[in-house]
Amino acid sequence: MIRPTHAFKETPSQTAGPYVHIGLNPNVTGIHGVYETDLGHDMKTGAVSGEEIIVTGTVFDGLGAPVRDVVLEIWQADADGLFNSPVETRGKADPNFTGWGRAAADLQTGQFRFDTVKPGRVPWRDGRLQAPHISVWIVARGINIGLHTRLYFADEAEANAEDPILTRIEHQHRLPTLLAERTGEGEYRFDIRLQGEGETIFFDM
Amino acid sequence: MARDGRRRNRDMKNTPSAHAGFMARDRAWHPPALHAPYKTSVLRSPNAPLLSLPTSLGEETGPVFGPAMLGELDHDLIHNYAEPGESAVGPRIIVHGRVIDETGRPVPNTLVEVWQANAGGRYRHKKEGYLAPLDPNFGGCGRVLTDENGAYEFRTIQPGPYPWANGGNDWRPAHIHFSIFGSGFAQRLITQMYFEGDPLIAQCPIVGAIPDRAAVETLVAELDMTRTVPMDACAWRFDIVLRGRRQTIFENRLEGL
Repeated sequence: MIRPTHAFKETPSQTAGPYVHIGLNPNVTGIHGVYETDLGHDMKTGAVSGEEIIVTGTVFDGLGAPVRDVVLEIWQADADGLFNSPVETRGKADPNFTGWGRAAADLQTGQFRFDTVKPGRVPWRDGRLQAPHISVWIVARGINIGLHTRLYFADEAEANAEDPILTRIEHQHRLPTLLAERTGEGEYRFDIRLQGEGETIFFDM
Repeated sequence: MARDGRRRNRDMKNTPSAHAGFMARDRAWHPPALHAPYKTSVLRSPNAPLLSLPTSLGEETGPVFGPAMLGELDHDLIHNYAEPGESAVGPRIIVHGRVIDETGRPVPNTLVEVWQANAGGRYRHKKEGYLAPLDPNFGGCGRVLTDENGAYEFRTIQPGPYPWANGGNDWRPAHIHFSIFGSGFAQRLITQMYFEGDPLIAQCPIVGAIPDRAAVETLVAELDMTRTVPMDACAWRFDIVLRGRRQTIFENRLEGL
């Protein structure tokens, strides 16, 4: 008899709903005194190495309206391309950089912001180097299962041109949807379009 | 370029970890992005198919949280927003279970965050205007780390059902929102726990987004009299399954992707 290779099904996802902030960013919605700070607010716990950057952006729905109740999480390597993770075997990541951030969009404007560092390059599974990128996860009311995408940097053209993922994308005209534009010294803009014209590429990883 | 790649490969820092990837998600088991009866999903669901990729280091690693970040009452929603000597109003309950992966292995030391409405179905949120009153002693958020066996437990009050502007007369079943991290960013999951026997479960368009009845049943917590504390709190059991890890085999022989 052939047995199934795994015994359990993954718990099905459900939307985070409009009041996701109560659980993930309670201080944003005015619940003070339970958690000292909102988790993931501070990605830097001391002096960090590398270029400190600010990433701002807005998530838009299929009619171009800002999604004001969205929460985003990011996960990335440090400036040397190392993850602050116990399974990182290639070296020791910057101890003052968590690599993980969480931000609620502004409830009025829909703009989000991350204060982070520009990541170094990380190898793909076959050893080829990926271009600097930040993994992004998006949840909100109306999103039944969290959306995974990646932020790459428009000013890393050379690295982007040899990135194993960017070069694999069939619809190359959609590639700019993954590129954050440099808007100033240490400042990048990354807008996300959930649906329709200019729709951001989302991944099943 | 190819030779470059090989040379880089010898550099320790550029050698991919032998860490195993995750098994692919069964997207037919999860709710689809678009489920029209849940109206907000109509404009917030991508039109293009997702681009499938195997996981790599950035998806197989994720943030790790330690007990130092937790406050004494983080897992006790009955008291973590209450004035000293006071407690939240509503049926006192214990919610507990285990976090395992698809192979049945426990997921230890992982962060579980929860949020919910109060006993009357009212959320403590700026954007919320339901006429049921707030409970001055109830905030509605909690968090806990699983132990070495993947077990978690928190105390709260049973949330009430809640009306929402979707259909003309839609009511959410009583539910608690769960956020679970796992050990890799690709395991990240947000879901909702329901209560056994609630007749609103079958009516709900958010629950109805899940195509398979058997999948819905895994979101329904069971009353657990063995953990119920007499004269204190009823217990409900809710187990959570995260994506499983594959074995790493011939990983370094991959061609291209």
